[in-house]
Amino acid sequence: MARNKSFSVTTLPGFTAIALTTFVLLYAPIVTMVIYSFNDSESVALWGGFSIRWYVEAWDNTQVQQATVRSLVIAVSAAFISTTVATMAALGTTRRGRFKGQTLIYVMINQPLMVPEIVTAVALLIFFASIKVATGYTGLAYLILAHSAFCVPFAYLPIRARLEGMDLALETAAADLYARPWQTFRHVTLPLMMPGIAAGAMLAFVISLDDVIITEFVKSAGQDTLPTYMLGQLRRAVTPEVNAISTALLALTVLLLTAFFILNRKRD
Amino acid sequence: MAGTTHGSGRTGWILSIPALILLALGAAGPLLIVVVYAFLEPGEYSGVVWEFTTEAWFRVFFERDIFDDTVTFADAHLTIFWRSVKLSVLTTLIAFAIGFPTAWFIATRPPNKRGFWLFLITIPFWTNLLIRTFAIMEVVRNQGLLNSFLLSFGIIDQPLQILYTDTAVLIGMAYVYLPLMVLPLYAAIDRFDFRLVEAGYDLYATRMKVLRRVILPIVKPGIVAGSILVFVPSLGAYVTPRILGGGKNMMVGNFIELQFGQGRNWPLGAALSLLLLMIVLVALLAYVRVTSRDQTNG
Repeated sequence: MARNKSFSVTTLPGFTAIALTTFVLLYAPIVTMVIYSFNDSESVALWGGFSIRWYVEAWDNTQVQQATVRSLVIAVSAAFISTTVATMAALGTTRRGRFKGQTLIYVMINQPLMVPEIVTAVALLIFFASIKVATGYTGLAYLILAHSAFCVPFAYLPIRARLEGMDLALETAAADLYARPWQTFRHVTLPLMMPGIAAGAMLAFVISLDDVIITEFVKSAGQDTLPTYMLGQLRRAVTPEVNAISTALLALTVLLLTAFFILNRKRD
Repeated sequence: MAGTTHGSGRTGWILSIPALILLALGAAGPLLIVVVYAFLEPGEYSGVVWEFTTEAWFRVFFERDIFDDTVTFADAHLTIFWRSVKLSVLTTLIAFAIGFPTAWFIATRPPNKRGFWLFLITIPFWTNLLIRTFAIMEVVRNQGLLNSFLLSFGIIDQPLQILYTDTAVLIGMAYVYLPLMVLPLYAAIDRFDFRLVEAGYDLYATRMKVLRRVILPIVKPGIVAGSILVFVPSLGAYVTPRILGGGKNMMVGNFIELQFGQGRNWPLGAALSLLLLMIVLVALLAYVRVTSRDQTNG
């Protein structure tokens, strides 16, 4: 294998340069945004020295506070509900023989990944508008229901992947040792599933927290979440405050993602 | 375990029921209502009048003159559809042109370094779409990074108006959907057997020939998957064209929203949504066919 380096089979001309440029281009806008969130100037274009005043202003803004709390309430509820039903569905659809209608269940569960979000948003707007008129209830439940539904596939996929990689022998061993089905589930299956469930819940949380379109269509008046609040701000004058909120959200996403990767790595 | 397989279908269904109910209420069920609404009369302020008509579908494609009832093509609608398709195709092409070398680069790193590069692709992927679009807006605005860069190198004399044009929407979509192209391409190239490239060179193939005749055909499923994953959300994009395209450069997603807002024509909005859904489903079916054929062949 005495090949000279310029003729490695894995090298194609220009590819490395394009790839490295891509990584720079991918991060340049985000890094710029993070840097400018610490800008003291009123203008989003000029640098006026380092400051955390926009973070302080965002923190003191009651609209931002309410939107943050609302976003978190919805994301936690949606993550909890979607992960619970996804765990049950994953238990029902893996590690047993193929059964009639299984494909239908897969299609239903993955449906939110296939239908354009704007279409689902329109559908929910119509559906919930008539319920709002009929019942007079305009609370957060609509948003929680919608978010829980589109989070199901994101919770389901990691849990199912985890279950498929699990060894049936351990549960058989537990059953051989006279564990009742519930005991086997509680002390063997569930602990083994936990990394998948945690990963699914985290993904569902991030997906719910990020949602703009469905929330924008489903929300009643005064029910802004953090993303829809930011979208509303963008329509008017852009203040560096939005930079600060974005950076904070970005930090949260990176934190959760890192945890997700560590959880997934432990499996091997 | 023969005894358990017998009842597994019932248990499987029972365990899946909560998820199915949730999805029926919060996602799939309401789609059926959209189908019904697309065949009703628009209400005066919003909503619908419960009378059957195919007027909404007619109005997707045609316009009727209010004075003499002459029928012409609805140019405005067709322009918006054409712009959506054009921008989505271009987005897909750009994403492929820069995504393929990137995926290739990651897949040819030493195995212990690949995780790091993949992680770099994944962070933007999971970052809020709104935040990424917003970051691009900062870059393309008149006093933004791109214009200052071009000005300082003397390439242009005065700032280019990029924001609120189709170019801005295109840059934005290529930027936000790029990870969706890179990830499936990486998965395909990662499985690729590089001895085939070696064999190609041994048989005196040029680099171009190896790329065209050996590499591209084998990683085709990854190319198809990446293209679908970029094309489908581009076609239904709402946030990116709204922020970067301004009010005038609408795509289908924004036009649909308009019907439920100022347009006050819910049936037309419903019909447009269904049309968008149908185009997406056709693309997905094509994808399933291509990938299943490749699997049976290979």
